[in-house]
Amino acid sequence: MTSTSRPDLQALEAEVDELGTRQRVRRPTLASALGWVRWAWYSLTSMRTALILLFLLALAAIPGSIIPQRGSANPSAVRDFVVRHPTLAPVLDHLGFFNVYGSPWFAAVYLLLFISLAGCVVPRARRHWEMLRAAPPATPRNLYRLPAHQKWTTELPPQQAVREAAVFLRTRRFRIAQHSSSVAAERGYLRETGNLLFHSALLVVLLGIAVTSGFGFTGTVLLKEHDSFADTQIAYDSFSPGRMVDVGALPPFTFRLDDFHASFVRSGPTRGAAAGYQAEVTYTARPGVRPKVTTVTVNHPLSVDGVNVYLTGHGYAPHFLVRDGSGRSFDETVPFLPRDGVFTSQGVVKLPDARPHQLGISGFFLPTAAADPFTGQPISVFPAPDNPAVVLGVFSGDLGLDSGVPQSVYTLDTSRMKLLAKGVLRPGQTLTLPGGQGSVTFLGFSQFAEFQLTKDPGKPIVLGAICAAIAGLLASLGIRRWRVWVRAEPDDTGRTVVEVGGLPRTDASGGFAEAFDRLVAALRTRIPPEPAGPAPFPERAGSPSLQVTSDQEG
Amino acid sequence: MPVDVGLATTSNQLITGGLVAYSLAFVGYAVRAAFGVRVPDADAAPTPARVLVGATSPAGSATAGAPTSVALSAGAPPSGSAEGTVLDGDAARARRGREAVGPRDPATRFGEVVGKVAVVLTVIGWVAHGAAIATRGLAVHRLPWGNMYEFTLALTFAAVAAFLGVLARHRRQSLGLLGVFVMIPVLLALGLAILVLYVAPAPLVPALHSYWLGIHVTAAIIATGVFTVATASTVMFLVADHYAAAVSRGRSVRFAAIARMMPDPGVLDRVAYRAYALAFPIWTFAVVAGAIWAQYAWGHYWQWDPKETWSFITWVIYAGYLHARATAGWRGRKAAYIALLGFATVLFNFFVVNIFITGMHSYAGV
Repeated sequence: MTSTSRPDLQALEAEVDELGTRQRVRRPTLASALGWVRWAWYSLTSMRTALILLFLLALAAIPGSIIPQRGSANPSAVRDFVVRHPTLAPVLDHLGFFNVYGSPWFAAVYLLLFISLAGCVVPRARRHWEMLRAAPPATPRNLYRLPAHQKWTTELPPQQAVREAAVFLRTRRFRIAQHSSSVAAERGYLRETGNLLFHSALLVVLLGIAVTSGFGFTGTVLLKEHDSFADTQIAYDSFSPGRMVDVGALPPFTFRLDDFHASFVRSGPTRGAAAGYQAEVTYTARPGVRPKVTTVTVNHPLSVDGVNVYLTGHGYAPHFLVRDGSGRSFDETVPFLPRDGVFTSQGVVKLPDARPHQLGISGFFLPTAAADPFTGQPISVFPAPDNPAVVLGVFSGDLGLDSGVPQSVYTLDTSRMKLLAKGVLRPGQTLTLPGGQGSVTFLGFSQFAEFQLTKDPGKPIVLGAICAAIAGLLASLGIRRWRVWVRAEPDDTGRTVVEVGGLPRTDASGGFAEAFDRLVAALRTRIPPEPAGPAPFPERAGSPSLQVTSDQEG
Repeated sequence: MPVDVGLATTSNQLITGGLVAYSLAFVGYAVRAAFGVRVPDADAAPTPARVLVGATSPAGSATAGAPTSVALSAGAPPSGSAEGTVLDGDAARARRGREAVGPRDPATRFGEVVGKVAVVLTVIGWVAHGAAIATRGLAVHRLPWGNMYEFTLALTFAAVAAFLGVLARHRRQSLGLLGVFVMIPVLLALGLAILVLYVAPAPLVPALHSYWLGIHVTAAIIATGVFTVATASTVMFLVADHYAAAVSRGRSVRFAAIARMMPDPGVLDRVAYRAYALAFPIWTFAVVAGAIWAQYAWGHYWQWDPKETWSFITWVIYAGYLHARATAGWRGRKAAYIALLGFATVLFNFFVVNIFITGMHSYAGV
């Protein structure tokens, strides 16, 4: 049997075409602008295009996971990459490969995908809305042509059989339309509702991300113990506001790092790994309110005035007392940035006010110092401050701070300085500079913590949309949508013939036939077959060579 | 809290025991397939027939056509087009017919017994496997999925669980050969875990001290396990479908002996689809839970860390698969290839990203 001989089923199939593949418009032959626009629109919103865009999105996401990215956890990776690939790097940079997820071509792919999505969802939502309000489609003429079909005779009069079927289908949560001699029923509308919910929710996710990039900000700040932070742009070490953020009106909270504590694994294969760290902070949500004390740990940020404060890193800040040649003393506690897992920390101290020459100290802080077994050099062997020491080089000359070129506080430009002295100091020890130029005393150390402060106003939108998306996904993948028609009519001999036909609107995961069987078996108890009636399938059961096998799932 | 060395050793012994049981089960499934026990089982009671008009099912694809309704009209054209499956082509029907009738010879009976033993061995191995994970967890006083070794143990456990779930649902069909295709990756992964990825039990870094470990990683483990079974089924589907299409055109195929052991391509495709449709929302949830956790731990819910990126790529590819199944011209084999691509990204994420690409998720421990 070919499909052309069953027009009613064909019409149903066209309607069943769930995912909009039907939306195909012929390429315009006339040079009509509107025609081309319409063609472009339908091409963009077709499923095929959406599929290709999905794959393009996956493909476009790959380079960002392989090529180092700016603004990632390890910003120096890009610099290293540029050094290693001097010819390739400028090309990649020009094409945006160091910032893939902010590049125009990545944005183009996902924006096209979302436009395609919107162009698909909106008409489908309209169709679905109409369908939700409409009755199930009228009973097809030939029910036996449907994918599932059963037929039997009953002693009930046709009217009563139809009524029974209608009541039965309603209790099975079908939506029904009762006709004179038949019932049309459909259930599983929630499948398409879920499908539309899922896809619309993805659009809302994009909206939430846009809200964050417009109205959110993120910044980092490094605080030594007893340092305070007030939420103003100048107080941040780095700050990247959204386009719509009024940087003059940041939330007016302040907080202070009272104490920082880190602990490390002391034995076993992961010896030296961090076991936990916590920052004790005192914060004031608004000027005038009472300060509160809390603990910030890695998985437990502080939330204050719409801003989340995360603990993202920590390290040591050695404490020096420096005397210059004029006898003036400087009390400096300077964060040294950890360079490795055992917290070999590097940093500099700049003393532009030292006389007769400016002084600069470049050095390492070793939390647990020991001699390298091969070179004898002092190295750090454990991240906890069990045996702290500093390795210092002291320079004098011009720090270059007045040259106008911005300098990092963590590097020392020694091009116009000369090395005065170097040495290894333990707490309390002093390095005397030659020629009466002063001394450097290593007094001890305090700890510092790095915080990231983030305001993310789009986050609740994203979270809500994602929850809706998952709910929609579950409905759209888990709910069966199908139609059932029951017809009861008297035949020539006056008996009532009951016919049931079933049509799955999607049966990707199978099981429609079983569901139909179960439904009809239950219906037969409501509309009992005639005791001496013929076999359930009179019109087909006559074929003796029939090999019917059960392929169904258990 | 110190690591309990005795329990950790017990865990290692249990996993070795599980590996042995799985290996024997693998041999059992292969023997069963070789002795010609095919789908459907000869003892599967034929259900009353129902008339299927037209060989193609309208809403589902050709591959997902109403399964019970093997076409009865002799003139029905094979539903499989270029990439479709022959659910009810003459060859497939003849094959099934031959299996449905005919007395059971001793060899077949032997195969059946071996197959049942294989299932029992799988369950025994699975229990030992579960006990190994539990003892490892007790030894380190935490959920034992903090490094690649532990993660591999857990996801192979999930894969075998998913396979047993499929067997439970399809009791009347000897999807035994699926056992071969599931046990191959499971055995490979476990062997790799024990020989290469093994790390002695140890506490976790602070970033992993969160109940989100239980939520995010568990979801990822379950999804990956189910994806593994789905992929095994897809591979079998491709072999079976290729064979069926070739037979319907009267062409010979290589490895026909293996292809003939395959269950019906339609059944395989549906097993695969159900698994994907189950795993995809779980995967979505895993990614979202990871984003929520990242929000607490790192201050950003999404920052295109390599692991995040590849999870996203996997998600996109499987989304593509689900859409392809509903798109004319992409059903059947093309969709199956997309699904295989999806699993390739899962493997890439697990092996390449964990070991070779540094990012915030560097917890591999190797």
